[in-house]
Amino acid sequence: MKAAVVVFPGSNCDQDNIRSWLAVTGQKADLVWHKQTSLPNYDLIIIPGGFSFGDYLRCGAIARFSPIMSEVIRQAGQGRLVLGICNGFQILTEAGLLPGALNRNKNLKYICGDVHLRVENDKTAFTSKYKTGQVLTMPISHGEGGYSLHPRELKKLQDAGQVVFRYCAPDGTVSPEDAPNGSLDNIAGIVNRQGNVLGMMPHPERLAEEELGGTDGRPLFVSVLQAVIGGC
Amino acid sequence: MTESPKPWLEHGLTREEHEQILELMGRQPNYLELALFGVMWSEHCGYKNSKAQLRKFPTDGPQVLQGPGENAGVVSLGDGLAAAFKMESHNHPSAIEPYQGAATGVGGIIRDIFAMGARPIASLNSLRFGDVADKRVKRLLNGVVAGIGGYGNCMGIPTVGGDLYFHPSYQGNPLVNAMCLGLMKADKIYKGQAAGEGNIVMLVGARTGRDGIKGASFASEELSDQDHDKRPNVQVGDPFMEKLLLEATLEILEADLVVGLQDLGAAGLTSSGAEMAGRAGSGLYLDLDLVPLREEGLLDWEIMLSESQERMLLVVEPAKVEAIRAVFDKWDLTAVAVGQVTSDGMFAVRRGERILAQVPAEFLTDRVPVYQRPQKEPAYFSQKKNADFSALLGGQNWGELLTKLMESPNLCSRRWVYEQYDHMVGLNTIIRPGGDAALLRLPGSRKGLALSSDCNSRYVHLNPRLGGAIAVAEAALNCAVVGAKPLALTNCLNFGNPENPEIYWQFVQATDGLAEAARALGTPVTGGNVSFYNEYDGQAIYPTPTIGMVGLIENVDDRITHFFKAPGHLIALVGRSLEELGASEAHYLLTGREEGEVPSLDLDLAARLNDFLVEAASKKLLSSAHDAAEGGLAVALAECCLPLALGADVVLEDSLSAAAAFFGESQSRAVISLVPENLEAIVSLLNSKNLPFSVLGKTTDHDLISLKHGEDVLQVPVNVLIKAWTEALPRAAAL
Repeated sequence: MKAAVVVFPGSNCDQDNIRSWLAVTGQKADLVWHKQTSLPNYDLIIIPGGFSFGDYLRCGAIARFSPIMSEVIRQAGQGRLVLGICNGFQILTEAGLLPGALNRNKNLKYICGDVHLRVENDKTAFTSKYKTGQVLTMPISHGEGGYSLHPRELKKLQDAGQVVFRYCAPDGTVSPEDAPNGSLDNIAGIVNRQGNVLGMMPHPERLAEEELGGTDGRPLFVSVLQAVIGGC
Repeated sequence: MTESPKPWLEHGLTREEHEQILELMGRQPNYLELALFGVMWSEHCGYKNSKAQLRKFPTDGPQVLQGPGENAGVVSLGDGLAAAFKMESHNHPSAIEPYQGAATGVGGIIRDIFAMGARPIASLNSLRFGDVADKRVKRLLNGVVAGIGGYGNCMGIPTVGGDLYFHPSYQGNPLVNAMCLGLMKADKIYKGQAAGEGNIVMLVGARTGRDGIKGASFASEELSDQDHDKRPNVQVGDPFMEKLLLEATLEILEADLVVGLQDLGAAGLTSSGAEMAGRAGSGLYLDLDLVPLREEGLLDWEIMLSESQERMLLVVEPAKVEAIRAVFDKWDLTAVAVGQVTSDGMFAVRRGERILAQVPAEFLTDRVPVYQRPQKEPAYFSQKKNADFSALLGGQNWGELLTKLMESPNLCSRRWVYEQYDHMVGLNTIIRPGGDAALLRLPGSRKGLALSSDCNSRYVHLNPRLGGAIAVAEAALNCAVVGAKPLALTNCLNFGNPENPEIYWQFVQATDGLAEAARALGTPVTGGNVSFYNEYDGQAIYPTPTIGMVGLIENVDDRITHFFKAPGHLIALVGRSLEELGASEAHYLLTGREEGEVPSLDLDLAARLNDFLVEAASKKLLSSAHDAAEGGLAVALAECCLPLALGADVVLEDSLSAAAAFFGESQSRAVISLVPENLEAIVSLLNSKNLPFSVLGKTTDHDLISLKHGEDVLQVPVNVLIKAWTEALPRAAAL
C-alpha cells in the first residue's frame, strides 16, 4: 500500500496527513511536489488542505493548473483512489473530478471547530469502516466550505448515492442550521460516480488520535487500507 | 534635496539628538543618513525611553539559551529541543487599518521566529478594544480578528490562545499584541549577525515597495482623529508569500547554507542591515541598484525605510549563493545579492560605486540615547484607594449578578474569536483554546508546552507595581493549572507617552513589579517589545504590560483541563480568599467605578501553588484545575461547570463578606476537583507545600450552581449561564 500526499505552494496540511496516515496505518506516505508530472505506483493520492497559491483568485483555481494535476486526473480516470480534504476538495471540484463548487461560508467568516457528520454511504472505499447513519465528530477549518450545485445535478448526486457525509445535529438529524457553512443539502463530502474520488471539507486527519480529542477520523484511513490490500 | 532649517524634525528627532549625531559623526549627515538615525533612534527600534528599565529584568537561568537582543528568545526544553518565542505589538497600524494591521503584526512575529531557525508551531494574540457597544469598536474587533485569522490560517500555524478585554481607555487606540513560538534543535540556533568579511548579503522574498514607509516613526507617535491619512504607513500582508518564505528559509537552514539572518521588520533594510552589522561588530554595505523593486521611482530613503512585508536578509558565504538561489527558485521566490559584509564597521548605502550614506553601524544600534524620563505619581493613584463597596456589601441577587458577569464583555466565552482561527493545524494542539492555557505536544517527544497571555490593566492602572507583578503571576498560574511548570516569559509593554511624567511613572512601577515577580517565580524574560505613545487625542490607554508565558510539561499524559469531569467529584479551593473587593469586575459591573486597592500578591505563595499544581498533575491526583481570576470564585466555579453542563453544590465557610467570598479577586487561588479517593494524597501534598486550602463541596448532575455563604445564597441554573455566556460575544460583535 503506497500513499502520496501532493504538496502545492501554500498547502499546510500535508505533514498532518503524513503523520496521521502513519499513526493509523503504520505506513509512511510520500510527499509529491506539484511540479512533478508523474505519480508512479501509488494506491492512494491525497490532496491535502491549506491555501494552495494563497487561495488567490478562487480556492483551488490556480492549483488545478499545476503539472501534477493532469496526472491526478488521468489516474483518477483509471480508478485510482483520490482523497481531497478541505482545500483538496476545492481543488478537485476546480479540476472537474467532482461536481459542484465550494462557496464562502454563510456567516462570511472562517470557522474552525468540531462538527457532527452523518455517514450517508458506507459502501465506498473510503467509508466501509463506518456505518450508514453513524454520527461522527470531525473538525472543519475553512472560510469557503458551502457546497453548491445546480438542483438538477443535486438530484443525480443524491440518487447515485454520491453524498457521503452530511452535517448534522448530535442526534443525527439533519436540518439546514446544522451546516455551519451553509452547504446545500448539508453536504460535507461527496464521491464521484465511480466512487474512487472523495472530496470532503472536514478533516479526518485531525481526529485520528485520542490525544487530539477523538478518533472518528481513523476508520476512513482504515477503510482505504482495506480497500487496497483487502482483508484487515 | 534642500535642507530645512530644522532637519531633525522631519525624521522624528529632537534638536538635542541632532546635536549628538553631529558630534558622533563629526560632520553634518546628509538627508539619507539622518533618515537612518531617525528610525534607528526611534523608540520603536532604539528603545531609548525604556532601555534603562528593561535592564532590571531577570534574563538568566539554566533554561535560557538566548536572552533579549536577538530576533527572539530561546529556551531549552531538554532532550536537545528548544523553543524560540516572542511577542510584539502592532497597535497603531491596527487602529488605522484593522485587517492588514493585525495580519502584518502576525506576519512580523512569525518571521522573527523562523529567523532563529525554528519552525513556528503556535501563535497567540492579546487584544484590547474600547467599548464594544461602539460601532467603530465592533468594526475594529471584526477586522483585527479576521486579519489575525487570515494570516495565521493561511500560514498553517495554529492560533491557540490569547486574551481579549474591552475597556473605554482603548477606544481610539486598540492593542494588538501577537506572539509566536517555534521549535528547533537546541544546537541549531541562528542569529542575526553579519559575520565574515566578504560574505554576501542577500535579500530574499518579496520585492520592496512603498508600503509601510516610516512605520517605525509612526509607531512612536500618538494617534489622533486625523490619522486616516496615515493609511499609507500601514503595510500590506501576503501570507502566501510568507508561507513560501518560511519553507524556503527553513530548507536553506537545514542545509547549513547561511551564516546569519534576520527578518525585515520595522525600519526595513535599515534596521536589519545595521543590527546585523552591529551585533557582529562588522560592517556591511547595501547597493540600492540591486534591490528588487515593486515599482519604479522609489527614492533612496524610501527603499531604506520601506516596511514591505515578507522579506529576509541573509548573510551567506560566496560559495553558497548559488545553492541558496536554487532553493528560492524552487519556491518561485527571488533571492538577490544586494551587498557584502565589510570589516570597517560602517553601515553603508550605495548605488554602484557611488556612496549615498555611510554611518558606523554602532552609532545606529549602540549609541541610541538612553533617557531616564522624569516621573510623577498621578493624583488618581492615592485618590482611587478610597472605595465605596456598598453596592456589593449591601447584598444583591447573587445569582443574577453572576449571570450578568458571565455575559459581560470581559468574561463571556471567547469562542466567537477562536473559531475564526485555525487552532488545530499541525496536530499538536491537545488543549484547545478556551481554557487557562493552550497545550501543545512536541512531535517526537512526550513533552508539551503550555502557552498563555495575560494582563489585567485595571489592576495595573490602580497599582502599576502590583498590577505588573500580578500579570506575571497570573500568566504563570495559567500554565501551572494545566500541569506545566512556568519556564520563561516574553512581554509587550503597552503604555502612553513616556514624555508625560505620570505615564513614565506607570511604566517604571509596572516594569519593577514585572521584574520582581519574574524573579520570584523563576521565569526569566527572554525578550519582548515596548509600545509607547498609545494615546488617542491626548488620552492614554490603561498601562498594559502584556505577559506571554511558556510552561513545560514533562509528559502530556499528565495534562489537566479546567472543567469539571463528572458528578460526585470533590471541589476544593487552594489558596486563601481575603476581603478584597478592590478593582473587581463585579464592582465595576454594578457601579461603573474602578477603585479600591488591587488584590494583594504573595509571590512566595504563588510559587508554592505553581509547584503544587505541577506535582499534583504529574501524580494524576486532579480531575480539573482552574485559576480564580476576574469575577472571583463564583465565576471560576461557573467556568468549571459550563463545558460539560455539570452542577456544583458549594458551601463557603469564612469570615468574609458574602460579596468578597463570591466575587472578590484574591490572587493565587485555584479551584480543583478530584475523586474522593485522592483527597488524602492531595491534603498531604498541600501540607507539604504549606498551602492553605478548603474543601468547598461537590460536583453534581443537577442543572444548578449553588454557593452558600451563611445566610447568603447564590443559585442559578447552569443552562441559564451557558446561554448567557455563549451568546454574549457573537451578539456584541455583530456589525
